[in-house]
Amino acid sequence: MSDTIDVDGKQLAVDEEGYLSNLNDWVPGVANVMAAQDNLELTDEHWDIINFLREYYEEYQIAPAVRVLTKAVGKKLGKEKGNSKYLYSLFPYGPAKQACRFAGLPKPTGCV
Amino acid sequence: MSEVVKKFLYLNRKAPYGTIYAWEALEVVLIGAAFDQDVSVMFIDDGVYQLTKGQDTKGIGMKNFSPTYRTLGDYEVKKIYVDQASLEARGLTQDDLVEVAWEDFETEEEIENIVEVIDSARVSALMDESDVIFSF
Repeated sequence: MSDTIDVDGKQLAVDEEGYLSNLNDWVPGVANVMAAQDNLELTDEHWDIINFLREYYEEYQIAPAVRVLTKAVGKKLGKEKGNSKYLYSLFPYGPAKQACRFAGLPKPTGCV
Repeated sequence: MSEVVKKFLYLNRKAPYGTIYAWEALEVVLIGAAFDQDVSVMFIDDGVYQLTKGQDTKGIGMKNFSPTYRTLGDYEVKKIYVDQASLEARGLTQDDLVEVAWEDFETEEEIENIVEVIDSARVSALMDESDVIFSF
């Protein structure tokens, strides 16, 4: 039996670590439901990162490791955001792991 | 930073699909990037097909991971080498291969394409000067 989460009345399958099983199931509501599970409220700053990750995946077909994410965010969204302190303040469980989960991506390559 | 930086060379010798070697090798390179080593990746024999443009995997039901090679620069891979003889034997040229950009985010130094086609003497020399070689 795999787990599911309820998003807008739909049951979506997730794996044992809470990542969406099917990338194509993603809708923005997924991020909101997952954030609520982690007791987080998503702000525009969170969405910047989530959308960035989805674009990165679309282009490169992988979820970036945290150090690559940090560098790439700095380049795209400005140096003051391209550091792990900022990213951890948004995503306390780890920017790559947690934000990728909200974005419906697989667990980042290189994360253990 | 670790004190000892070794020269790592990842050799890719197999076609991208049909076996798991190409994808596994790519994952190892991406994961290994966390260790701050001097990393080069080389494509030789059927491995040169891994870098070809315009791959379409719909017919075989596999994920097309060719776009992922373009992230290698982000993962601190400084050099990507392709064996010229292997390319020629398959009727390919550098124009058939993807380009991989590299950028140092601190100095903003940029290299447009780190893919370099080299002759067999260079291939041997690079293997010789590497501390660690992973062959896939």
